[in-house]
Amino acid sequence: MFRSSVAAAGTFLTRHCRRTSHGACGTGIRMFSSVSDPEIKVCIVGSGPAGFYTAQHLLKYHKSTVIDIYEKQPVPFGLVRFGVAPDHPEVKNVVNAFTQTALQVRCSFHGNITVGKDVSIEELKQAYHVLVLSYGAETNRLLGIPGENLQGVYSASSLVGWYNGLPENRHLNPELNNETAVILGHGNVALDIARILLSPIDMLKKTDITAHSLEALQNSKVKRVVIVGRRGPLQVAFTIKELREMIKLPDTRLLYDPSDFEGLKHTVKDLPRPRRRLIELMIKAALEMNSEKEAENRGAATKEWCLRFLRSPLQIIPSDDGKRVGGIRLSVTKLEGSAESAKAIQTEDIEDLECGLVLSSIGYKSHPIDPSVPFDQREGLIPNKLGRVLHAPGMYCSGWVKRGPVGVIATTMNDSFETADSVLQDVKSGRLDVSASKGGFKVIEALLEQRGICPVSFSGWKKIDCFEVAKGKKAGKPREKLIMLDLVSYWNCQPWSPPSTWLVVSLLE
Amino acid sequence: MQASLLSKHVTGKSPTAGRMKQRQTIVSMMGHSVVRRQLCELLCEGARFFIRTSRPKDLGVLQPPVNQQRRSVSLSEISRNRSDNELTVHFINQNNEKKTIVSKEGETLLNVVKQNFDIDGFGTCEGCLSCSTCHLIFHDKTFEILDDAKEEELDMLDLAFGRTQTSRMGCQICLKKSLDGMTVKIPK
Repeated sequence: MFRSSVAAAGTFLTRHCRRTSHGACGTGIRMFSSVSDPEIKVCIVGSGPAGFYTAQHLLKYHKSTVIDIYEKQPVPFGLVRFGVAPDHPEVKNVVNAFTQTALQVRCSFHGNITVGKDVSIEELKQAYHVLVLSYGAETNRLLGIPGENLQGVYSASSLVGWYNGLPENRHLNPELNNETAVILGHGNVALDIARILLSPIDMLKKTDITAHSLEALQNSKVKRVVIVGRRGPLQVAFTIKELREMIKLPDTRLLYDPSDFEGLKHTVKDLPRPRRRLIELMIKAALEMNSEKEAENRGAATKEWCLRFLRSPLQIIPSDDGKRVGGIRLSVTKLEGSAESAKAIQTEDIEDLECGLVLSSIGYKSHPIDPSVPFDQREGLIPNKLGRVLHAPGMYCSGWVKRGPVGVIATTMNDSFETADSVLQDVKSGRLDVSASKGGFKVIEALLEQRGICPVSFSGWKKIDCFEVAKGKKAGKPREKLIMLDLVSYWNCQPWSPPSTWLVVSLLE
Repeated sequence: MQASLLSKHVTGKSPTAGRMKQRQTIVSMMGHSVVRRQLCELLCEGARFFIRTSRPKDLGVLQPPVNQQRRSVSLSEISRNRSDNELTVHFINQNNEKKTIVSKEGETLLNVVKQNFDIDGFGTCEGCLSCSTCHLIFHDKTFEILDDAKEEELDMLDLAFGRTQTSRMGCQICLKKSLDGMTVKIPK
């Protein structure tokens, strides 16, 4: 009886939220949907920032759009949930705006549907007037060097997925038994991983990091992280905020090589402000390491990290038993060209580093979703102009699959607005024919039912959300992420699916 | 048990038998008193949270603009109608149109903009210095009297599109009397 009353309360609140946000989604703009305006059915593939910002813009600037957001995972928000570091909760505030979008009457979220497998692009094209591909970049660029498949070598994306609760990375079990870890790459993801590997456990305990990874990190022996990049300080891709966080990390000391900064002090004043401040911070941090006071402060530190420049990986050296990482062989590089476009050229000098863990953070990579969708393998994106997929009328793209896997959430936001504007212009000009009536999700739902696929609705996500927050509260965390989502999505199909379903899942964990 | 519960429903096979078995497994688990107690505790906690947190958050941020009605007011009328702790700010919006707003002393410019303008994606991190979307541009003289920016704000400003010498983050500027009557540009 209690179970059914909670489920009923949930249903009531879901409906209440929708009515409230229907009024609020006016945001001062009256909803003009006259009976004569035909609905424009829009399908967005991917529920990360690109998908939601595209939806937000389309809903706001055209009163007849009806949007269905499809997502492979049972839960929404893409890299905001699975990519942003656990100790950066403020970055995840964008979820509030996405929730407002999802709760609008003309917007629906459908999780647990893999486009290209559970439903084809052709079927979606038949059911919708507009198809927007916003599925991002979930794979990673390979090193392409011997030893890459040894135990102890992981991509950055898989480690991030591991501590952020991505189901496919649940059983990564990274090797944390060696004192030295090497991270290849000088971007923000590399610094995120370094920070998670070296952060005091007491800090991580208060974040939404997954329970299994917290336990593994509690027993981790990693004490030294070397972050290796092919080019120099003037070419690093990470931003100053992340560098500052590393420098201030408690119980750690920064190791540095003075030769890395020779000559820079004189040229730094001519650099553009963002690069100048970044280099100045590196120099300042390196100089401060030498001061007596700082030496005293850091002397007690139990962990250390450093940035190595002008080193390119040649080979992962196996351990004695031949199965795991024993070390990494690096080529010393030199730069040709200057500033951010300088290229790294390998020299004959090499350097070996002993380590037990190698994390490759050299960039994400997208993949083709369906043979019928054009894809540029070299660039790793869908060929497009202002978001209009080339040679594919009615098909658009936004986010990383449109411009490549670079940039922060705000970059993706602007990019998505541009794509949405392209859609709206095409509707207005008649380039996009929206006169024929389309079936939308009703058609796809019938197909999914035949195939035994159970979508997860946004109200289903809200149940998971509430349960995660409640469970996290007991552990002093913002949330405890659920990972065994096969069962979750299955039970969501049941008409009586009560919140206690998620409790059973947690007990099974 | 875990493997069977996790197995995906396979297309073409009747789910009934599998579903019955799973229900039986869970029912047998629920016979255990520890499981029942934990279920009840977590059910109550989840219900309380569901009820507390299901309301859409931050609806205040999405409220319609304060001065929705288009009524011409003179600046002197604005001055007369203000109370003591209200201050006037002139905004130049992204279409180069001027709009005069009256707001309370102590309010951040992020909130003033969100309450009075409908700008997509302004202040996405909601004032936590984790994005650069509440970027505003000030006149030289106003810029000089603003409190100094912290390093963390400068870090975010470094990423702001169209940053100028007199740019600041709206979430870090609070209205005070010395800023009464200033003009602020909202860049694209």
